[in-house]
Amino acid sequence: MAIIEVDNLVKRYGDHTAVNGVSFAVEQGEIFGILGPNGAGKTTTVECVEGLRTPDGGAVRVCGIDPQRDTGELRELLGAQLQESELPDKLTVGEAMKLYSSFYREPADWHELIETLNLTDKLGTQFRRLSGGQKQRLSIALARVGNPAVAVLDELTTGLDPQARRDTWDLIERIRARGVTILLVTHFMEEAERLCDRLAVVDSGAVVAVDTPAGLVAKVDDTQRIRFRPSAPLDHALLAALPEVTHVERAGSQLVVTGTGNLLLAVTTVLARNQVVAGDLRVEQTSLDDAFVALTGRSIHN
Amino acid sequence: MSALTRITRTETTLFFREPTAVFFTLAFPPILMIILGSVPAMRNPDPGLGGLRVIDLYAPIIVAMAIAMFSLSSLPQQFATYREKGILRRMRTTPVKPSVMLGAQLVMCTAMSVGVMIVVLAIARLAFSVDLPQQPAAYLLAYVLCALAMFSLGLLVASLAPSGKGAGAIGTLLFFPVLFFGGLWIPRAGMPAVLRHISDFTPLGAGVQALQDASAGHWPQLLHIGVMLGWTIVAGGVAARYFRWE
Repeated sequence: MAIIEVDNLVKRYGDHTAVNGVSFAVEQGEIFGILGPNGAGKTTTVECVEGLRTPDGGAVRVCGIDPQRDTGELRELLGAQLQESELPDKLTVGEAMKLYSSFYREPADWHELIETLNLTDKLGTQFRRLSGGQKQRLSIALARVGNPAVAVLDELTTGLDPQARRDTWDLIERIRARGVTILLVTHFMEEAERLCDRLAVVDSGAVVAVDTPAGLVAKVDDTQRIRFRPSAPLDHALLAALPEVTHVERAGSQLVVTGTGNLLLAVTTVLARNQVVAGDLRVEQTSLDDAFVALTGRSIHN
Repeated sequence: MSALTRITRTETTLFFREPTAVFFTLAFPPILMIILGSVPAMRNPDPGLGGLRVIDLYAPIIVAMAIAMFSLSSLPQQFATYREKGILRRMRTTPVKPSVMLGAQLVMCTAMSVGVMIVVLAIARLAFSVDLPQQPAAYLLAYVLCALAMFSLGLLVASLAPSGKGAGAIGTLLFFPVLFFGGLWIPRAGMPAVLRHISDFTPLGAGVQALQDASAGHWPQLLHIGVMLGWTIVAGGVAARYFRWE
């Protein structure tokens, strides 16, 4: 059974339709990404899931609960990390954890949470003195302190330096390892590719595609290109005869083999059989970035 | 322990981490009482005041000033800042509603201004022989009505201000005229008739007079009760209409 079901969701702000018929379903234990450029309706969508906004149309269910009707129940089982949500400047990490854990019926052990998030030595530190990465880790801790079945993380790594971003990705994978279903909003391709089991690509308030990162790429173009310098002359026909190969050409000292499917295995098998060693071997594939452009007609960055 | 109690406790801890705010709201009113009481002229009975001394008039003014400090500076600024920073929004994602945070702020501000009232009245009584309120029930009524009107005004500022800084600025801007008509600079008894009539219709002017009447053993006048209730209903109603958690 799907943990989160969004069916034909519509949300308007005045004349502007921010979300226009978004549907997707998130399975238990998944990291599900919502990927799209700024203003695509990602945050509005998850805010409807979080019960912070009332949809104008469609249905949302979280663990079978309607966020608008059983808001109290939803609050116990959904933990949310919001974009740009701070804490009082002079509240310490320990005070924040103690206070927020007291809000829940069955809170997690917050000392342990703080330990896994590497904040133990910051317990007495005031919020205003934390670094960007530490603030985000505290934000994750607060989203988890109620022991939620579902965590919604909105633009979690925006504004973090590359190292802090990678550390945060590790944390998210560890949260999932504990069985928490994660809905992740992002506009970083690398983040989506690295973390998400499945993705909904959202553009202008609508879902363009839902698939695994690899599936999205394959949907657009599963052509691969292998470049290498053969150690000995090789008859092109041997490669061209392979069912996976569509094209072979010479580029200077290099061979460029284009094809689909399990191209690399097919080509290297032929090379090995003919005792040819492939030097400087490189495989070029369509990236998620390319797939995004193909799906939405534009780059995510503008 | 309820969420309200815990949040009130945390908010109180945070309040005491702001030395400037602590000084102005908690220490300044008693200090002002001591300074004014130390001026000999303030302690001479004035036939123009029906035999009262100026210091007798100042006890209720300073008590009302403490309410104004919490309601016009602490409360709106704190609340608008919490809204601006998304702190109330974060609370919306937890089982505890952000209205509990508002409740905690109100409980804390009320408790502290009552504390200041007790200290100010004690100093006035012990150091300057100002009589304790002759009609305690009337005094309590006047105090509650004045606090309601002023906190409604503070919440109105919090609702309309675009940001925490904006709320602080608007609160300060209101603070001085409100205190002026409360009689901080010229007690109501010394005001020209026109000013006193205007003062009758301001929340703090009505509040101070009601406290004054109760101190002297009378029940507040209907006019002042009506004015304070009117401010509560109008300011509170508009505040509720434009109230935003985020």
